[in-house]
Amino acid sequence: MANPLKCDFCPKPATVHLTKIVNNKVHKVDLCEECAQAKGVTDPSGFSLTDLLLTSSLDPESGTAGTGTCEQCGFTPADFKKHGRFGCPACYDAFKGLLEPMLDNMHKGVTHVGKVPRIALERKSLYDRLTKLELDLTDAVKSERYEEAARYRDEINQVKQAVGEKPAR
Amino acid sequence: MTIASLIDTPCELTDSASSKTAIVLMTRVRLARNLAGKSFPGWAAKAERAKLLETCREAVAAAPQMKRGLNVTVEELTELERQILVERHLISRELSGSKGGGGVVISKDQTFSVMINEEDHLRIQVLRAGFQLKKAWNAINDFDSGLEAELDYAFSPTLGYLTACPTNLGTGMRASAMMHLPALVIAGQMEKVVRAVNQLGMVVRGLFGEGSDASGSIFQISNQTTLGEAEEEIIKRLGSVLNSIVEHELNARAKLMETDSRKLFDKIGRAYGILQNSHLLSSGEAMNLLSLLRLGADLGVFPEVNRSLIDRLFIEAQPGHLQHAQKGEFEPTERDLLRARCLRAEFANFPRPAFVNPGQN
Ligand SMILES: [Zn+2]
Ligand SMILES: [Zn+2]
Repeated sequence: MANPLKCDFCPKPATVHLTKIVNNKVHKVDLCEECAQAKGVTDPSGFSLTDLLLTSSLDPESGTAGTGTCEQCGFTPADFKKHGRFGCPACYDAFKGLLEPMLDNMHKGVTHVGKVPRIALERKSLYDRLTKLELDLTDAVKSERYEEAARYRDEINQVKQAVGEKPAR
Repeated sequence: MTIASLIDTPCELTDSASSKTAIVLMTRVRLARNLAGKSFPGWAAKAERAKLLETCREAVAAAPQMKRGLNVTVEELTELERQILVERHLISRELSGSKGGGGVVISKDQTFSVMINEEDHLRIQVLRAGFQLKKAWNAINDFDSGLEAELDYAFSPTLGYLTACPTNLGTGMRASAMMHLPALVIAGQMEKVVRAVNQLGMVVRGLFGEGSDASGSIFQISNQTTLGEAEEEIIKRLGSVLNSIVEHELNARAKLMETDSRKLFDKIGRAYGILQNSHLLSSGEAMNLLSLLRLGADLGVFPEVNRSLIDRLFIEAQPGHLQHAQKGEFEPTERDLLRARCLRAEFANFPRPAFVNPGQN
């Protein structure tokens, strides 16, 4: 062999080489003995090559993994490289740039086309509306626009009924 | 329901007597779901995990499908009870070994199980005996929609259901079937099948053990990707892959019977003899012998009604179930002794093989 391959996870030479085909694309992972052990390659029951492929191509130091921190949960790209998992749902927004090329390799498409949680989404939009109406109401009362305030109150009660809460008086 | 009464009730997998289920033993669909605005279990602090567990348990246990079911935390279960649930595919090894804050809710008939704080907040699963992909999907879809009325799922219109690992993103769905493929293994065609199935975006895994020579010749075939394709579409594609594997297995059986029936009958006859007479049996060897007898039942060497006994033993010969039945914990060598004794007793009155004339069947 000409150039011994370097481990994808540390500077040591790679001795374990894995290949997987996803969507007719060949993906390779090269590991040193120790990293192979640490990543569970030698333990057939607990090993997922997909997970390895996911993280092996990321390099937090050189910046290809992206930078920054998830504001919601404090997760960093280095954490992702280490765990192969995200910290919270908001990480998907925070690390968009890091994620997109990965998804293309990993999945059939990059956009969801399946089930949508309609009930949960409707409920969320009702709650968002409620929050806004309550702000409007406070505003209206403060500036003594009482007619408007009464209208907001009615609307708030309607929304509350829709989400199954007791109407305010 | 208590864990003790659940363990004493045979599960769906061990109750598949009808001939339809011969090659596809069991179908399973799993959905990964998470709560909006909360850290995923692996990243959440201990107190947050405990709170998530309470929220999820309450919502899941209230589902009509979970009426009179089992609702426990992982900590409440003994090591052995966890192992039994793993052997029945009701919880994963990961959950069984989790550090705290894990829980599971299982329906009374053991067809629904929801793991809480595994890799995702919720891992919903439906098990069905036999080839029941569509029914399993419909059942889990209903369950999921019911839960959605109680819990705010983390969902993005473009990326779908948001999961701890991007490999589950989108539908969060993993649909799979457990298949008994002894003829493809004997004929040395399994590697070819694995490669072909991979090309179609599906994954093959040995159920007990690894690779293309899994003990018991039982394999799990599942979809690999979850984003960019609707659930029904994935189910349909997986279904047609399964059908074509069934076809290949049947062809391999026919070919073996035509060209090599003596060798095949020899294997089945020996397996029968060992199961009736051995005194030390490892779990792996037991799986292989049971697999041969199961093939025998499919080929008419044994009456078809006896297949359900074999299917039950696939589960009950495993370490957790074995130790539970023997009421104690044992070292592996002692287990092999106990396993052989248990199987000798089970097969003492098993009908003798009736080998039909090769070529005539
Ligand atoms: Zn290394
Ligand atoms: Zn985050």
